[in-house]
This record gives sequence, C-alpha cells and structure tokens, in this order.
Amino acid sequence: MSQQGYVATPPYSQSQPGIGLSPPHYGHYGDPSHTGSPPGMMKPAGPLGAAAPGGMLPQGHPPHGPHQFGQNGAHAQGPPLQRFPGPPPVNSAAPSYAPYSPSTQSSYPSPVSTSSVAQLGTQLSAMHVNSYGSGMAPPSQGPPGPPSAAAAFQGPSRSPQPSILQPGSQVLPPPPTALNGPSASPLPPSTHRQDGLPGPAPPNAQYQPPPLPGQTLGPGYPLQQANYGPQMAGAQLSYPGGFPGGPAQMAGPPQPQKKLDPDSIPSPIQVIENDRATRGGQVYTTNTRGQIPPLVTTDCTIQDQGNASPRYIRCTTYCFPCTSDMAKQAQIPLAAIIKPFATIPSNETPLYLVNHGETGPVRCNRCKAYMCPFMQFIEGGRRYQCGFCNCVNDVPPFYFQHLDHIGRRLDHYEKPELSLGSYEYVATLDYCRKNKPPSPPAFIFMIDVSYSNIKNGLVKLICEELKTVLEKLPKEDQEETSSLRVGFITYNKVLHFFNVKSTLARPQMMVVTDVSEVFVPLLDGFLVSYQESQSVIHNLLDQIPEMFADSNENETVFAPVIRAGMEALKAADCPGKLFIFHSSLPTAEAPGKLKNRDDKKLINTDKEKILFQPQTNVYDPLAKDCVAHGCCVTLFLFPSQYVDVASLGLVPQLTGGTLYKYNNFQVHLDSQQFLNDLRNDIEKKIGFDAIMRVRTSTGFRATDFFGGIYMNNTTDVEMAAIDCDKAVTVEFKHDDKLSEDSGALIQCAVLYTTVSGQRRLRIHNLGLNCSSQLADLYKSCETDALINFFAKSAFKAVLHQPLKVIREILVNQTAHVLACYRKNCASPSAASQLILPDSMKVLPVYMNCLLKNCVLLSRPEISTDERAYQRQLVMTMGVADSQLFFYPQLRPIHTLDVKSTTLPAAIRCSESRLSEEGIFLLANGVNMFLWLGVSSPPELIQGIFNVPSFAHVNTDITSLPELGNPYSQTLRMIMGIIQQKRPYSMKLTIVKQREQPEMVFRQFLVEDKGLYGGSSYVDFLCCVHKEICQLLN
Amino acid sequence: MATYLEFIQQNEERDGVRFSWNVWPSSRLEATRMVVPLACILTPLKERPDLPPVQYEPVLCSRPTCKAILNPLCQVDYRAKLWACNFCFQRNQFPPAYAGISEVNQPAELMPQFSTVEYVIQRGAQSPLIFLYVVDTCLEEDDLQALKESLQMSLSLLPPDALVGLITFGRMVQVHELSCEGISKSYVFRGTKDLTAKQIQDMLGLTKPAVPVHPARPAQPQEHPSISSRFLQPIHKIDMNLTDLLGELQRDPWPVPQGKRPLRSTGVALSIAVGLLEGTFPNTGARIMLFIGGPPTQGPGMVVGDELKVPIRSWHDIEKDNARFMKKATKHYEMLANRAAANGHCVDIYACALDQTGLLEMKCCTNLTGGHMVMGDSFNTSLFKQTFQRIFSKDFNGNFRMAFGATLEVKTSRELKVAGAIGPCVSLNVKGPCVSENELGVGGTSQWKICGLDPTSTLGIYFEVVNQHNAPIPQGGRGAIQFVTHYQHSSTQRRIRVTTIARNWADAQSQLKHIEAAFDQEAAAVLMARLGVFRAESEEGPDVLRWLDRQLIRLCQKFGQYTKEDPASFRLSDSFSLYPQFMFHLRRSPFLQVFNNSPDESSYYRHHFARQDLTQSLIMIQPILYSYSFHGPPEPVLLDSSSILADRILLMDTFFQIVIYLGETIAQWQKAGYQDMPEYENFKHLLQAPLDDAQEILHTRFPMPRYINTEHGGSQARFLLSKVNPSQTHNNLYAWGQETGAPILTDDVSLQVFMDHLKKLAVSSAC
Repeated sequence: MSQQGYVATPPYSQSQPGIGLSPPHYGHYGDPSHTGSPPGMMKPAGPLGAAAPGGMLPQGHPPHGPHQFGQNGAHAQGPPLQRFPGPPPVNSAAPSYAPYSPSTQSSYPSPVSTSSVAQLGTQLSAMHVNSYGSGMAPPSQGPPGPPSAAAAFQGPSRSPQPSILQPGSQVLPPPPTALNGPSASPLPPSTHRQDGLPGPAPPNAQYQPPPLPGQTLGPGYPLQQANYGPQMAGAQLSYPGGFPGGPAQMAGPPQPQKKLDPDSIPSPIQVIENDRATRGGQVYTTNTRGQIPPLVTTDCTIQDQGNASPRYIRCTTYCFPCTSDMAKQAQIPLAAIIKPFATIPSNETPLYLVNHGETGPVRCNRCKAYMCPFMQFIEGGRRYQCGFCNCVNDVPPFYFQHLDHIGRRLDHYEKPELSLGSYEYVATLDYCRKNKPPSPPAFIFMIDVSYSNIKNGLVKLICEELKTVLEKLPKEDQEETSSLRVGFITYNKVLHFFNVKSTLARPQMMVVTDVSEVFVPLLDGFLVSYQESQSVIHNLLDQIPEMFADSNENETVFAPVIRAGMEALKAADCPGKLFIFHSSLPTAEAPGKLKNRDDKKLINTDKEKILFQPQTNVYDPLAKDCVAHGCCVTLFLFPSQYVDVASLGLVPQLTGGTLYKYNNFQVHLDSQQFLNDLRNDIEKKIGFDAIMRVRTSTGFRATDFFGGIYMNNTTDVEMAAIDCDKAVTVEFKHDDKLSEDSGALIQCAVLYTTVSGQRRLRIHNLGLNCSSQLADLYKSCETDALINFFAKSAFKAVLHQPLKVIREILVNQTAHVLACYRKNCASPSAASQLILPDSMKVLPVYMNCLLKNCVLLSRPEISTDERAYQRQLVMTMGVADSQLFFYPQLRPIHTLDVKSTTLPAAIRCSESRLSEEGIFLLANGVNMFLWLGVSSPPELIQGIFNVPSFAHVNTDITSLPELGNPYSQTLRMIMGIIQQKRPYSMKLTIVKQREQPEMVFRQFLVEDKGLYGGSSYVDFLCCVHKEICQLLN
Repeated sequence: MATYLEFIQQNEERDGVRFSWNVWPSSRLEATRMVVPLACILTPLKERPDLPPVQYEPVLCSRPTCKAILNPLCQVDYRAKLWACNFCFQRNQFPPAYAGISEVNQPAELMPQFSTVEYVIQRGAQSPLIFLYVVDTCLEEDDLQALKESLQMSLSLLPPDALVGLITFGRMVQVHELSCEGISKSYVFRGTKDLTAKQIQDMLGLTKPAVPVHPARPAQPQEHPSISSRFLQPIHKIDMNLTDLLGELQRDPWPVPQGKRPLRSTGVALSIAVGLLEGTFPNTGARIMLFIGGPPTQGPGMVVGDELKVPIRSWHDIEKDNARFMKKATKHYEMLANRAAANGHCVDIYACALDQTGLLEMKCCTNLTGGHMVMGDSFNTSLFKQTFQRIFSKDFNGNFRMAFGATLEVKTSRELKVAGAIGPCVSLNVKGPCVSENELGVGGTSQWKICGLDPTSTLGIYFEVVNQHNAPIPQGGRGAIQFVTHYQHSSTQRRIRVTTIARNWADAQSQLKHIEAAFDQEAAAVLMARLGVFRAESEEGPDVLRWLDRQLIRLCQKFGQYTKEDPASFRLSDSFSLYPQFMFHLRRSPFLQVFNNSPDESSYYRHHFARQDLTQSLIMIQPILYSYSFHGPPEPVLLDSSSILADRILLMDTFFQIVIYLGETIAQWQKAGYQDMPEYENFKHLLQAPLDDAQEILHTRFPMPRYINTEHGGSQARFLLSKVNPSQTHNNLYAWGQETGAPILTDDVSLQVFMDHLKKLAVSSAC
C-alpha cells in the first residue's frame, strides 16, 4: 500500500513534484525550492557557489535582509562545501588559526581571525554598548536601519565564513574578509560589518554542487570539514559584529556592573528576531549533514532530504568534536533532544509508511540499525555497508536493486528509507508483545469522587465534558471512527468500576474495596467502544455526580487507582492511557499512602532534595509495571493544599504521561483552562507501548536519557506512551575517535503501537559533522538545545544533590565552556574582555533564567508542590517549550496595530521595558499575564475589558470578555496564536501595576534581579565573566 | 412385648425421643456390658400440632449449676408453693405468678401429658429472618437460567419482612448492594485472597468509623438496619430490584481456556458471606444458601486445580494421601463453619454438577451448622427445583418448617451423665456436673448449638450410666433426662421447648429380662450406625466395620440363647431379632462402604444419615421393597434377590432413590403395549400403582430422591441389584435358573452367610 502511494506521488519533496521526477537533479534543486529567484541563480553558480550567493544578497535587499539570507544559505548548504578541500583551513581562521597552517587559505585567515572575534578594550566597551543599545539611531552605525543593524552583525559574521571558504578557491571571499579585518579594529567594526554585508552572499554559492549525490555518499565526506570551517568563522564574526563593544567584551570583572547598559549585552529578543528575519518563512532542506537549523522560534518550512527534520531532533551542537579530549576540553554537552512524534505542520509531508510485508524492515546484521540513507550500497547493489557499525551486509534478495553510475540505487527516490531522514515501517509480529498483534489501545477515565470534588462541581464538569470530548477520540486518518476503547472508574477510598456494555440497559457499578491488592473485577464491558455504548456511557456520566452527591468521604487512595487501571489494561491485553482526575493527598490506608511531609525548613539545606523525591517506594515499581504493560498515566491535579506532587507525579512522568495542575480550582474560573487541556490531551497524537533505541555510528554512543521514560537497561528507552509534545533528551559520550569524514550519525528508532492498534517503527536519522577544531564545534552549537539539556540534567540531579551544588556546577560549566572558547577560538585580546561565541551569545541570559527557576532556587511564595510540578514539566519538554518556559515572551499590547495580524514584537523580560502607559502580555507556556500599567490608555481598557477605567478592571477573571471591538478581537487572537501548539493551556492572570499580585508577575521578568535571590542578567554576566577570567588565568 | 412397642411409639410421638434401652441398667459396669450404649434419638422440634406453645417463660431451678426447668416429674408442695427439682433436689419457690397454683389448678408443665412443653419468650428484640444467597455463576447457560428462575421463585416464598442478600461469584466474588436506584452496584472481591472478618467488614463499609467503643449498647439494635441495609434488605422493599438483578445475572465473563476448569472462588465467597453476617447480625437466625455448579478451583478452599487433566480427588487418592488440596480446604471450610455456627448462622449447600463439587471438604459447613446439603446433576432438574422449593414449605400454622440458632441443653439426673451427641450440631463446650468424661460423638459438653433445624432434624444423644455397682438404686427409682431447646422460631419468636423424660432403673443381674424386653432395636441400630458413621469420618473403613462386627457379636453373646460351640442352637429374642439384619445392611450401605462412591457422594449420604429421624434412617440402612403383582395387593417383601421376579413390579425406597423395577414379563407386556388396550386395563392399573405410591413418597421426602424407572435388564436396574441381599449369586447355584428370583453377580456375602458366621462367632468361647 504505502509503497504504491509512495511511488505514485512525487518524491517526498512536498512542494515540487517536478523535482521528484528527475532524481538526479533533485539534489540541486533542493535549495532552490526556497524561492523562485535564488534557484536560478544558484544553478548557474556552478562549482563555486560563492558567486551565486553573492548575487543573492545584492539582489533584493541592500543591507540587512540579504545578509541573513546569505547566512542561511551558507548553513544549509554546508554539505556542498564538503567537496571543497579548501575550507578546513578556514576554521583556523578562528583564533586557533595559527596551528592549522592551511595551505591556500592561510592568506585569508589572518584578517578573518581578527574580524571574527571582536575584541574591544574595556574603555571601548562602554562606547559600543551605547551605540548598540541605541542601535536604532546610532550615529556610528548610521547606514543600516536599526533592525538592519542587528541583522547586519550576523550577516557579516556569517558571511565571512563562506567567504573564507571560497576564498580558498576563488576570489569572492576577500571582500568579507576585508570586512572582518576592519572589525578587528575597535571602533570601526560596526560600520564595517555592515558594509561587509554583501559578503554573506557567497554562502549560497557553495551550496549547489554537492547536494544530490553527496549527501550520503563518500565524495562529499572527506571534505565535510571544509564547510564547517567557514561557518565557524562566521559565528565568531557575527558576535563581535553584533555587539561591537558592549556585549562581546564585558569590561573586566573589576568594572562595576551597574554601569553596564542592559542594551549593550546580548539580547535574546535580538537573536530571535535576527534568526526569524534571516530564515523565517523559508524552506529548510535537510540534505546536508551537520547543518544548523533555524532557531525554534523561527517559523519555516522543513523539507526532509535525508536527515530528520529539526522538529524531530535538535542537537546541542551539529558538529561533534573528534575526540573525547576535545569534548572534555570544551565541556559542551553533546546531546540531542528528540521529539519523535512532533507535530508536523500541514504544509509539510507526513511520514511515509514503508511496508516490507512479512520480512519486516531491512536491518544491519550486526548493530541492527534500520535501513536508512546512511547505508552505502556496494558491489553493484548486492551488499551494503552499515553507516553505523561499518558491517557489510548482504542485501536481501527481495530488496535488491541495481546501482546507477554514482553508486546509488536506482530506486533511491522511490524508497523513503533510502532518501529520507524520517519514515515509518510497518512492524511485523516479531516486534509485537508475545508475537501477537496488539489490540487497539484504551483510554480509562478515573475520577476522584471524594467530597470536595463533588462539592465544588468538578465531577459534574468532568462528566459533562467527557460526553462531548469522547466524540473526538484520536483515530487514524483513514478510519471512520476511533478504534480506541474507553473505560470508567471512580474512586475515593475505594474503587468503582463500571460495566458499560452496550447491551446493558443501565450501567453496573462494581466496587473494589481491596485497595491493598487491587484487581479488575470485570472483563467484558469495562473497555468498550464509545460509539457502541454511547447511551450507556451517557447514562453513567449523568449518574456519577448524583451517585456520590451524598458521599462525605474525604479520604482518597492513589497508587491503587493507577494499579487498577494498569491491571485493566493488562487484562484486556492492550496498551492505553489513564486519565486521572485527582485532588487530594491520598491518606487512606492503602499502598502509596502519603502524609504531609512538606517542610519549609528543608529549603536551602542539603536535605532539600528530599522534597523532590517520592515519599514512598511504592510509586517507582508501580511505574515500572505500568511501563511494562504499556499503561500511560496522565494526571489532572486539583489541589487546594499540599498534595505531594513529587510522589503523585512520579508515575505520570515515568510513563510518558502528562501532569496538569490547577491550584485551588474553581469551576467558574478555571474550567476553560482545564477543559482545553483535557480536550487537547485526549485528541493529541500519541503512540503507545513504545520502545526507543538510539543508535550511533562508531566512536560515540548515547549514555544518558532524560524525559518521560523508563530505563530497564542502558539502551532501551521504554515509554508507556509518547505523544507529540514529549521530548527525550539524549546525551552522547565518546568511546572512540570520530572521523571528520564519516561524521557522527544518529538513528532513533521508536517501536510503538498506533491508536488503531498497529505496530510501527518510526525512524529518525540525523547526520552530524565532526571536527577536530574547537572553533567548528562552537560555531555549530544551539543554545536553546543546550539549555534544554542543562535544565533536564540539572532537574534530574535535583533528586540527588544539594541545589547549591547544582547551581555551582551549572555556573562553572557555563564559565568553562565560554573560557574554552575564549582561550582556543577567540583571537588574543585582553584577558578582561568577555568574548562570547556567536552561537552562545544568549547562553548566559538563558542560563541565568534556568538558575533562577524556582526548582533550583526556592522562593517563599512558591510551594513545594509547584516546584516539583515545574521540575516534572521541564523533564519532558522539547526545545521550543523549554526556550519559552525559561525566557518568557513579553509583548507590548498598547502599541497594537489592530489592522495587522502579526504579533507585536517581543521585548526583553525586564521591568525597565515596561511603561506605566502600557499593557503587556507575558507568556511562558504555563502562565499568561496581562500586565496593566497604572496609566493604561482608557480606550484600551474599555476595548479589552469593557469597563471604563483601570480601576474598574476585575483581576479575578481568567479569560477576557469576548467583545466585538478590534482591540479585544486582536488581543484575543494574539493570545490564541501564542497559545497555539503549546502543550499546556496557559492560565491568564490579570495584573495591575503596583498591586500585590504584581510580585508574582515580576518573577517572570527574568532579566531582573529576583526578589528573593537570583541575580539579574547583568550581574550574572559579570559573575560568569569573573569565572572565565579565573579559568583563563 | 406389644406393650413396649406401643410405649416406644407413644413416647416418640409425644416427645420425639427414642431410647436404645427403655429400662436402664442401674450400674456403670452393667451398662457397659449391654454393648449398645444407653442413648436416644431426639427430634427436638418434632411437629406437634396438638401442642400449642405456652405464652410465658419457664420456671427454672434456682441452683445455679442446675437450672432445670419445672416439669411433671417434680414433686410439688402446693401448700408451701414449693417444688423440688428432680435433678438436683433443690427446693424452689414458685414465682409470684404461680400464686394460684393447686392440685386442681396446675400449669401445663406440671401435667403428665405435657412432658414436652414449648414456651414462647416475649423478651428481646425480634429480628427478621435472613436469607443470603451465594450463587456460583460459572454454570452452563441453561443451568444458570434454571437456577435464576428457582431463586426468583423462592423470593415469592419468603416472608415479606425477611432480609435477603445476594452474593455471586466466579473468578471474583460480588456482594450486591440491593438498594440502589438507576445503577446496579456491587462490591467485588478477589477470589484468591482470604480475608478476615474484620477486613471484609471494613471493605464492605460495615464498620462505622466513628462508633464510640461500646457505650452506646442500647442504640445498637437500631443501628443494625442502617448498617446492613445496603446488602441485606427486606424482601418487600427490593423484591423487584432483586428479581431484575437475578434476571440480569450473567455467566462468569472470564474466559475459560481449553482444557481448564472455570475459576471458582467458592472459598472466598463463603468466607465473605459468613463475614458479612457475622458483622451485621451476630446471634440472629440466618441462612446462607450456597449454590455451586462445580468444585472450588482457586483461592482458599480450593479443592482441585483448574487443569482439567488433573481429576478431582477420589477415595483412592485420599487413601494414597494424594489429594493435595483436601486438608487445606477442609481446614478453611471448618473454620468458616465454626464461625458461622458461633454466630448462629446456618449454611446450606446446593451442589448441582455431574462431577464432584467438593462436598467432602465443605461438608462441615452444613454438618456443623445444621444446613441442608443437596446434591444433584443439574439445577435444571426437578430434583433440585422441588427440593429447593420444599425448603420453604410451611406447616399447618403457616410457619416455615425451619428454626434457627438453637441451643440444645441436656440435663440428667445424678446417675447419668451425657457423653456426647451426633447430629447437625456443634459443641458449646459447656462443662457441667452432668458431662461425662468419656466422649461418644461430640462430647465434653452438655450444650450444643444447632444453627438451623427443622421438624425432622434429629440428634443421637449418648449417655453414660455413672452409678456405681455398689450403690444400688432404690426400687422404683427412675432416671430422668431433660432436653431444653432454645431456638428462634420461623415467626422470629424466641422459643424454648422442654422435654423431660424418665425411665426405670433395673438391676441387670436380676432383671436382665426386663432390660432385654425394653430394648428398642430400631433405635439401637440407628444409634449404633451413627456411631459407626461418626467413626468412619475419621477412621479407616475396615476398622469401623470390624468395630461394628465386634459389637454385634458381643451383643449376640450377651443376649443370645445358645449352647456354647453350637451355632445351630443360637436364638435371639424378638426384641433383638432384626438387629443383625440391620447391621448386615449397614455394612453394605454407602455410609460405611466407599467403594463405587465418590468422596462427595459419601459425604452427602453421611450428611443426611446424621440428621434424619429414625424412620428415614432405617430406610437408609435397609431400603424398603414393595412388590406389586396380580396375585394380591402390594406387599412389602424381603430386600432379597429372591424377591426379583418376572411377574412383579418392585418399588424400592432407599431414601436417596426411588426405584421402580418392572420384572421381565411385565416389561415385555409393557413393551407390547397391553396397558393401552382397554381389555387389559387392570395391567394399566398395575403399572400405575407403584407410580402413585412413588409420587406419594416424592411429595414428602426431603431432599427429593432420585427417581428411577427401570426394568429387568435395564442399566439402571443396578440401583436395585446393588441393594438387595445377594442370596442368589453365580456362586451358589442352587437357585440358579429357577423362577424364584434373580441372581446377583457379586462376591459379596449374603445375609445367610453373614448370619451363619455371626452365630458361629457368637457361640464360640474364643472371643
């Protein structure tokens, strides 16, 4: 089936069927696809792309725009560069340059190097800072518009790289280099850079040649390094460029921090905007090994051409150091954040399904890696060499295909597993439990019907909602109705199972009181098809609130509830998901009974970690059992006091479920938030009973895993279920040398059961570069991914180490990473200068946000439960979510252009950016605040709240009134956009300036000094700088 | 002698008591030489339509250790308003209510014809009867359907204020809550986990958390209804609900793989039933009715594993000590039975299956609590349906023939002590002056608890004469025994029935003839049989037979008239003449022979033998055989192969089976269809006569006997052939081929051979 479909349609390239038809050309065009004009240019460009890129820039956009383009191009086309031997030396361009002594490029390096690292004297720093901050109208920068300025920095920075490369072969490079050169000189740099913009163009040039054939096969490989070299250089350049004086070089530690202008230090907003401006809205093709994808905050279209989309896998760096010594030296974590079920926008091609029938997927005999673009066919197609373990395997007869003149199979474009980074296999019985095809999964709804939940109307709310939401159970695209089955349990101190068999006139309730050893009292009729049993289910849902209306049972159990659900799934022999709606500390006599052990006195002691550990040892084995039986637990918590989230949340976390928490839930205020979460959670894409295996090419391996997973051994990542919002962070370590030629390959295979009960394998492949140049490494880092990794590893460590130690480790590592760069990559300069690699410009600010997070730094107003909750939240986050979580979006609303549909530009999270006359919207993926300045324009207030003045605004509301005026409509639309694609429904809080609740809001202004500790961004930067200086000395 | 027969019969009718000896040997030594112990068969609640209960309470002897009840044997001083206890000789004042007493104005209990009196106690709260259905759902569809119908039918027979409850079980055990509207609710328990009573009550929410320890005693009775209301409801309130619920009962839904038995949690279900009642209605009459369609296969009390290839234990396995679950299961059920008995609740078992269901292990539940045990092939048979219906039969007053929570107390005059009882009872362990150190049956006590009894429930009670040989009893002295039965009448009244009897003492040396003449051989046979069966429960079969034989030989030696070493001279007097024959049939009966019976069947037979009255017991020992022919009216004939004649129709009643057997010729005639020809109407009548008689028996018998209609050469004729005395076999050919009977192909000894041996041994001086 799938194959046919596959063949029938053009190749996977979504946009261009034409391309598919002519495989050979395909590669070339991959890039062109972005825009109409570039392609044309590129083709001609021929061998030395350099020229072409150059062309681009000039074309459209004089100063800034083009630069960015250029950059992208450069990155994207990284691979092409591979072909050019020249590049490697380029790397050397960086500080490390000297040692390399590249042959051809040697000439360029020198200028490059200087340019790459902007080194400014302390004295200068101030000046520059100012200039930058004022960016908008800086005299010196003059020429480019303010925004352009930003773009400019980067533009130039990157451009250099390409330029360098090409220089090797051709003439173009010089211009950039020249630019760079100037940058070296303190003052001029800024302007120069801008001038330099044209430089970026070259990148594109590199692009074309390599694409098609190169990707997988040899030719390109040896050269790989080359590409990177250049990029590296670029990164460095960019940095200095971007923040000429200020950011790049903090005045030495001695300088009083106060004097630093916040505008002079690297701005996350700026970085995001720059990336968005250069790469947003474009097509990013994954045809090149080791290319750096756009930031998570940038919207673009992704085209799979042999590597997994960054939506599935992001890495902390796209260029691994060749040796473990190098890795140790840099201390940059090598990790990938894998979101195997990430949601793909509708304009991108969904995964192809490969069905090899009974024979199943083709796998390497030795390492069991699945057939993928990294396998190299040899001997006329009779054998293939595994890209991971290098084992030479025979091609199974049914799979044989001849090779073409470049050694590629003739059916290369007809088989997703040969040409795509991500695809799915139909699994055979060998991949099923007990060699039996799985049954369709089930959802079990488990409602706490203790007194408080009945009293506050929660039970009624849930029951009502279930009636509608069950209509929307997830199903496969081709299915008419969902094959998921549903079951219902209510509980307080005991459990009530319900028989809702379609043939019954009325539901039957079965009470299980043996909570110490809970079991499933019925088989037939517990899990039913919603469609078939609809009337009985509705009958039941109508009755539940009344049935317990007179109950005054306050005590609840918890572990037995999960066990019951798990046993039910086990009995029905199917995987599934439990939806538990719970509100209190389970104090009833039963396994997993908890007591209130919240103890503020433990805070800031070595024992603080206890608060994050589960209270009893019941939950961990329970989670293990759940995972073993494919039982995912999603928990909706409605606590009114301490409920010990650390204990209750353990099972949801380890089983790949989600924990939702609604403090002091009030039906009339918080229903919407909860119901949105519930609907979203029920409807979201999900795979059950999953096992993930991350295979790597020789030389390194996955050593540590973080996420909603359970590990029984060191390699198999077991997940009771995994949905589209869950990411697993995988850390890699060297166990041998990596070669620059073959790069570092990663294959992530997830074996899972679909919602309709099919067993499938989802494969994601990603090729990374390797380099023996630290500069390459630094150039290819992704700060958002780094923070994701740091956050998860720190939050995991929270269970075992004192928080203070963890914070210190984080600071030290940050300092170390940066110091290593300073020492090895940046050109020599005064030790007192702070020099940040371009790719890590915002590492300090993000790191500071992480350090200030309430998990790592307790704050009196944050409850223990909230901290445990946030800890858990982060453990399964993908890069985009963690980015937003640690650095919230703050957007001015008062400047809203009601006619435009674009979001108002975000501003930095600092109080200094707020104004009394303004209204600001802040969102971090969990909470949303609408901050009203005391002098907010009354017409806005009127428009949004339908009240005459600031004073009349009721801050209790949790959603904005739906009004017909443009303000209201636009604001609500904006909120909708921000909410979109976020796994949690954000709770809206209205905050008035100078009122008590503002304190809470303030905590989200993460660049500021925290009220209860937690340094400001500026302070932290200084602190890091100090550390770096110490390290360097 | 006729006088003694009349006396015995009269006593039995009035008091429901029959003694093995009606004149008692006056010393311990002599009594032991009588071989057959001094004992009686007592039917405590024998139906006495002519005995209206008196509406006041009995007058008790004031001596704390005695507390005997005023009876016609007491000496009364009407002047002084005093009475002397005839057991302890304590002189007691009459209570004020008896102020008007005089020779002509006697209360009923002083009149000689009122040796049995029934008092109604007005004190105390009356609690309704409780019926707890415990239903196995691992049944075939049609069996379950039939059972459901029977249960629904039974609801209509219950008194409207009776409380009913329902527990169903299969792999799990469900306790159904009966009072819910809109949704049917049940509490479910795992079938593999034994729970203590406390746990069960906690889990069912029967323990009120906030009940202050005990101070609120008076409030407790009112709490009962509320506490238990969820599981035990007055039938009139939830009649419809329960009928629906029963109607909706489904077979146990858990799949039973090929080659496996369904998982049946009988042990836990029963444990929960007992625990439920224990927690809610201790010491109140209640009936747990357990319906099972197969053996318990899991959890505590499991009797056999679920592997079909491993058959359920047979006698052979038990002898080889190969029944791996038996001991544990028996222990479990014994524990439950004792708990139920302690709370006055009785347990019935209705087991209908083709294979064994574990009655051997569960028998104590019925035996100790006085419950019924019914064994059938299927719930869809009239045997079960009618038996079950008969449980709810009513007497002439419209009351159920069932009583609950009875205690039987036995008081004896000084020369006697009580040695034990055999019947559906448990010991209450009440030591007292009249308790013998020697035990016969369940002894060591003067009180027994009988949780469930009906008008035919009968106990064997054994005594020991303790009077020393050298302390002769004055001439005309009489020994007295008083039986006091407290019980809850089916009308929920508490009642006390008091029977006081007295018999003459006789010196065995001088007055042996008197004693001999007063021997009740029927009662003695039953009493000895009960002793034998009681022993058989714990001893090896051959040992019991040897013991019985020795007793018989000793009895013959003692009371036979013979010249030493001359078997031909042996004679027994009329009052002993039938006794050896009873013993002969007893030896062959399923109560002592396990050959050809499954352990369950043996348990079933023994259960009924230990509780039926004398007549039924005798039928069980020696079945009755009637012969129908053209030669005359129907007549009882010898239970002998010689009675099987071609032109006769035989009707045999073994209590458990009714067999109608057509002789060879009759069967041929019937096949030829003569009965349908008007000219042979008399043949039709002949064929009909035994059927009518059988119906009569079927109508009154509980449990319903298996009804077998067979003929010469029919396979079911074996039921007859196995019972008759094999006087003609392939071994003794003298009657072979003659018209005088049918040979039985067996190696069993015939009565004649048995008697010959007996005579030989009796006259021999060797033993």
